[in-house]
Amino acid sequence: MSKILSSNEPTGPIESRWENHKFNMKLVNPANKTKFTVIVVGTGLAGASSAATLAELGYNVKSFCIQDTPRRAHSIAAQGGINAAKNYPNDGDSVFRLFYDTVKGGDFRARESNVYRLAQVSNNIIDQCVAQGVPFAREYGGTLANRSFGGAQVSRTFYAKGQTGQQLLLGAYAGMMKQIANKKIQQFSRREMLDLVTVDGIARGITVRNLETGEIESHAGDAVLLCTGGYGNVFYLSTNAMNSNVTASWRCHKKGAYFANPCFTQIHPTCIPVSGGYQSKLTLMSESLRNDGRVWVPKEKGDKRHPNEITEAERDYYLERIYPSFGNLVPRDVASRQAKFRVDEGRGVGSTGVAVYLDFKSAIEKKGESAVRDKYGNLFQMYEKITGENPYKVPMRIFPAVHYTMGGLWVDYNLQSSIPGLHVLGEANFSDHGANRLGASALMQGLADGYFVIPYTLGNFIANHDLKPVSTESDEFKESKKQCEDRLNTLLNIKGDKTVDSFHRKLGNIMWENVGMSRNEKSLKSAIADIQSLREEFWQGVRVTGENGFKNAELEKAGRVADFLELGELMAKDALNREESCGGHFREEHQTSENEAQRNDEDYCYVSAWEMNDQKKIDWIENKEELKFEYVKLAYRSYK
Amino acid sequence: MGGSDNTKINLKLKVWRQKGPNDAGMFQDYDAKDISVNMSFLEMLDVMNEDLISSGQEPIEFDHDCREGICGTCSLVINGEPHGPDRGVTTCQLHMRRFQNGDTVVIEPFRAKAFPIVKDLVVDRSAFDRIIQAGGYISTNTGNAVDANAMPIGKDIADEAFKSAACIGCGACVAACKNASASLFTSAKISHLAYVPQGQAEKSERAFNMVVQMDEEAFGACTNTGACSAACPKEISLENIAIMNREFAKASGKRRK
Repeated sequence: MSKILSSNEPTGPIESRWENHKFNMKLVNPANKTKFTVIVVGTGLAGASSAATLAELGYNVKSFCIQDTPRRAHSIAAQGGINAAKNYPNDGDSVFRLFYDTVKGGDFRARESNVYRLAQVSNNIIDQCVAQGVPFAREYGGTLANRSFGGAQVSRTFYAKGQTGQQLLLGAYAGMMKQIANKKIQQFSRREMLDLVTVDGIARGITVRNLETGEIESHAGDAVLLCTGGYGNVFYLSTNAMNSNVTASWRCHKKGAYFANPCFTQIHPTCIPVSGGYQSKLTLMSESLRNDGRVWVPKEKGDKRHPNEITEAERDYYLERIYPSFGNLVPRDVASRQAKFRVDEGRGVGSTGVAVYLDFKSAIEKKGESAVRDKYGNLFQMYEKITGENPYKVPMRIFPAVHYTMGGLWVDYNLQSSIPGLHVLGEANFSDHGANRLGASALMQGLADGYFVIPYTLGNFIANHDLKPVSTESDEFKESKKQCEDRLNTLLNIKGDKTVDSFHRKLGNIMWENVGMSRNEKSLKSAIADIQSLREEFWQGVRVTGENGFKNAELEKAGRVADFLELGELMAKDALNREESCGGHFREEHQTSENEAQRNDEDYCYVSAWEMNDQKKIDWIENKEELKFEYVKLAYRSYK
Repeated sequence: MGGSDNTKINLKLKVWRQKGPNDAGMFQDYDAKDISVNMSFLEMLDVMNEDLISSGQEPIEFDHDCREGICGTCSLVINGEPHGPDRGVTTCQLHMRRFQNGDTVVIEPFRAKAFPIVKDLVVDRSAFDRIIQAGGYISTNTGNAVDANAMPIGKDIADEAFKSAACIGCGACVAACKNASASLFTSAKISHLAYVPQGQAEKSERAFNMVVQMDEEAFGACTNTGACSAACPKEISLENIAIMNREFAKASGKRRK
């Protein structure tokens, strides 16, 4: 039976909701905190910041990551920056404006209370990171520098060259390392979470595989925090790291955690285009480049001349033309869709015709090459290494690529999933970005959840539950361990004739063609059928080489692809169910006469939170959380 | 135009294979055929691995993740050079257009006593985490920070701190050093935090404890050959080592008093 979910958000004026909630929540006294163990899975911004902060408070933390060290989690690759409502440039920013921009940017499909809290704590994050020694960009006078990102008309993005994620993550990682030295965090690297263990309906532990030895281990605690990132790699090609995957989230979903808005995928407009079938991943060119880069295609269809031979009069700076007030800084979903329209019209560029130009000529003329190098040097170098072209001389060729997933496990205002004790932070949850995330907001959300939200709400959970000790020798843990071992053995014993990657590539192709930048009823129905048959083929024909007792990348990938083969179906199902266009979800049947997304607030102003109904048949029921917009009025989102 | 060069090349690969930490490893020869020059080095290995799996052999295990030069996961010594022949890049950013048809390419793991081999080309670099645990942080608990602009930091200082902080912890410096010294890695963190005003309070303890931990991890001594900085994909400067030595000397002096 379909349920209506309660967000458990506080009521009253939005400015004081979080403040009041913090006061109303129960506390765990400092001496008692040392009696509780918190399991944190994932060491990106959300995981590392929460692990460090909870350990500082006195909790015992067990931290897990699939990488060889926590510092390598994929937050490290975030380039452009982190938003905060500091209003240092005095250009009219405020907590309310950041809140407003984020709700509007998300096309009115996020929870207002969460977004307001996010904007409120954004300033604390910058303070915290500076205190840790994060070397943000600065002005000559020594104050912090800001730049602009899409979907905002103020400069509120703090940055450290094109390596902001790296610097923020290393700050949080350093905090973790200190707590490891203090013996408050126990770190388990190269461990992959394969299952969630619940005891009496509460999340009390996890089952993991030691990726070096193959051993299946059980770990018990008093709560589990899932900070395992997004699921963009379901598309095979994405800007995500190669090892980013949905397995931890999906295992929790199969244990009863609802999966919310899975079809809300962010396709980032500025990535280096695909060049060949061997391609393993796509590389992002930071959105910050749109501060100075101008996007264009030739006015004539099929104009194959070298870009430098095409005169100004023959170029169509289409974002500036269509959206005069935001220009090149429209939100990501809008910029991506417009690039796709240009390519579909036959005005794409480069040898494949599947790209548009991002040109720095005017910026270099106005500011000089060295100023441009100072701001974007590492990005330009990265571009040149991959393409063999010099972007100081020739415009970059870019095209949209899968980058981020707004959907994720459903959580309430306290970041708790539908399984008590299981809390979900960062990209792995669904709550703050609606149907489209604004640039530089992912880092903000990961750190907000980890540094400033979960330390309060987790205490409240612990104080409100009488958590009896559990043993990894109990039946629940043993059963979970056995199921994980059986699944690994099944994969190893299929001994088919097709590689894991070949299935992943096929799935990615189905997803990109049918559940990608634009979707329609026909494409979604065919995707569902194709994924179901590919899944069947996988379980009969995959070849997983090697043994379980050693490092075995094929076995790791096989388990992840098996989960993607189920998630992909749910994404298509969710997209088919949502008969409207909003943000990154563009249903061709629902568009305005100017090809903009047409929302249907009457019928779809809610969160779809899918519950797995039948694990054997792979079948779901849809639960709903109604969304209320009390402070940002539901309106047609215009960037013109 | 990048991406439109259709040249294909054939290579002979000599790859280190080692089943597990306790096995003796050996080089094995492979032919890499029809390699597009637009592939990255790791994509070339992906293609090799697909072929190996299809012919019933175990693929070559190697560490990799972001494939854009920032996570520090990929490693490999290629023809004797950590991260291969190009300066200022990681292995994942190295592209096959750098090689000629018919070249022999020798691929080995990062070798150092402190980096034990896990399997094939995969090594254990957790010693780096323990060096950071010894002091590579500024002790500031969440929630007690002052306003970020309360303490102005000159752009030149912030820029220098950033350059040191850009270290990705890959370990190429160790692999390049004939003594397998971790001085460049350790000094980059010591310098980053010594540059900024927030790092002053713990400066002395930090330098002392991190250097002691580095020695305990079985890394060798620094003899200033500069091989580390030349191999560093982020081109971390040797000046950092001078700063580390200065901070360590000052800290040791204080301890003697």
